[in-house]
Amino acid sequence: MGFYQECKEYQKSDFNSFFNKLTDEDIRRIIYKSRLSPWDYLALLSPVAERHLEEMAQRAQQLTLQHFGRSILLFTPLYLANYCVNQCVYCGFGAKNLINRKKLTLDEVAAEAKAIAATGLKHILILTGESRVHSSVQYIRDCVEVLKEYFTSVSIEIYPLEEEEYADLIATGVDGLTMYQEVYDEAEYDKIHLAGPKKNYRFRLEAPERACRAGIRTVNIGALLGFYDWRSEAFLTGVHANYLQSQYPAVEVSISPPRMRPHVGGYMPREKITDKNLVQYILAYRLFMPRGGITLSTRESAELRDHLLPLGVTKMSAGSSTNVGGHAGGEPSTSQFDISDERDVPAMVKMLYNQGYQPVFKDWQMLG
Amino acid sequence: MKEVFSVGGKELTSRLLIGSGKYSTNKLIPAILDASGSQVITMAMRRVDTEFTEENILNYIPSDCVLMPNTSGARNAQEAIRIARLARAAGCGDWVKIEVISDNRYLLPDNYETIRATEVLTAEGFQVFPYMSPDLMVAKELERVGAAAVMPLGAPIGSNRGLQTRELVRILIEEISLPVIVDAGIGRPSEAAEAMEMGAAAVLVNTAVATAKDPVAMARAFGLAVEAGRTAYLAGPGATQQVARASSPLTGFLREE
Repeated sequence: MGFYQECKEYQKSDFNSFFNKLTDEDIRRIIYKSRLSPWDYLALLSPVAERHLEEMAQRAQQLTLQHFGRSILLFTPLYLANYCVNQCVYCGFGAKNLINRKKLTLDEVAAEAKAIAATGLKHILILTGESRVHSSVQYIRDCVEVLKEYFTSVSIEIYPLEEEEYADLIATGVDGLTMYQEVYDEAEYDKIHLAGPKKNYRFRLEAPERACRAGIRTVNIGALLGFYDWRSEAFLTGVHANYLQSQYPAVEVSISPPRMRPHVGGYMPREKITDKNLVQYILAYRLFMPRGGITLSTRESAELRDHLLPLGVTKMSAGSSTNVGGHAGGEPSTSQFDISDERDVPAMVKMLYNQGYQPVFKDWQMLG
Repeated sequence: MKEVFSVGGKELTSRLLIGSGKYSTNKLIPAILDASGSQVITMAMRRVDTEFTEENILNYIPSDCVLMPNTSGARNAQEAIRIARLARAAGCGDWVKIEVISDNRYLLPDNYETIRATEVLTAEGFQVFPYMSPDLMVAKELERVGAAAVMPLGAPIGSNRGLQTRELVRILIEEISLPVIVDAGIGRPSEAAEAMEMGAAAVLVNTAVATAKDPVAMARAFGLAVEAGRTAYLAGPGATQQVARASSPLTGFLREE
């Protein structure tokens, strides 16, 4: 059974009835189990488990220390282009938004790479809007050829591809994939993706698996929190990660728990995800997937990021810009969304050392 | 005079090998080596950044210390071989710890791919130290293809659960002529001492030291434990008994007639 079917099976369950039967003793027992089932994970996402956050935090910190030590991998996103053919209600790059459109030339990509590499970062995540015309696979491959001169790891956060296309990019030097499903609830997904190829829920949901089959080294997935009940979205993200780890044990799987941020389109989601909710999600996931990565972006405030650090986070972005060409000081374009933590790389390094963590700039050696 | 441990073409006086991952800062490394007495440090090639002085782990390793680059991150023999060659090209010497892991949930080694990588690299003149699941036939094969030692796990990496594989490691010690270096899982100095008492040639410790409240003090404790365990092994511990042996035996009145 593929994850699409598995996801549908889980969604048939009545989560509220499940939550209503849980006791404090159930939660305590689960916190100290050595291997959690998906239902144990769901229990830790329940309202009852909110009463046990401190105990969960202690356990999460211990597991993170054991498996990852006192180190945090730093990376930064690089926006290559913001042309997009989709109409997604929550994104500044939406096709109908009147924004400055831009696509970097290969010289501009090199200039951006040079500026970022000067900060010491070796891991880069490249992003584009979804336009196979403006940001073709060939264009992305050309950019990777430029970037691999400067970085030891190049990950992609682009539109979903076919398996052969992933294999092609991996052969060029891409080693990581980030693919947000945005929302796992299929009906809600349909409502917020008004037009464009992104309306194809299943093609997106199965993209990480296609990349795994093609031989990708790392996969990062997530739901954009705010569109639907967060407990359900966090659960489905976690079981998706668990599915990928079980099916493709050689792949390093991680999740991101991003919350909606202001953007040009102005749409704001109906669900309010509190800091407490976000913490519960991170802790529950850490206990469910002790060796799973957790990526925390600059969508969150500096203060909150500092507090979340010891709870299970393994990767953080630094010196972020969501503008196309935002690193080398060229003419700015419209950003995809507003970032919250605007600290540059030296400031992040200083914060990590102050908190007793080692910033890791390089965690992979490109072998291509 | 201290006993000498000959392995991989080098002579060492300490039988404790130290890992360099999971520390809050690379600056701790010299103190860890000093406190533990260890002369060998492993480091993940994937994390060596020769271009960035501040974060380059090599800058924190004393020149008299033996480097053991590892192939952490390799998912198959081919990747391990490429990482090993990169390490040698980067001036890290010819020792290499082979880690081939294609299971990210438990980080268990892939013995088959490990043998393949070991065979290729020993032919290229590397001193190969393969991390392995303790299996006698695999160890014999690693010996046949020229490994410098075998490095069976005591328990999964980072688990601090001690010598869970005790019986299998004991068989390797008895049956393999290569040094057996217990790697992974050792969480307490007493467990390191136990491995050494069993006759392990050395132990490699990382998480137990790096995640201790006081890593330098824990490094010292491991150094002492390894030395104590080795001394006990050489001293030949007395035989263990299932029942008490009375100091005034019941048959003591019998005399040769």
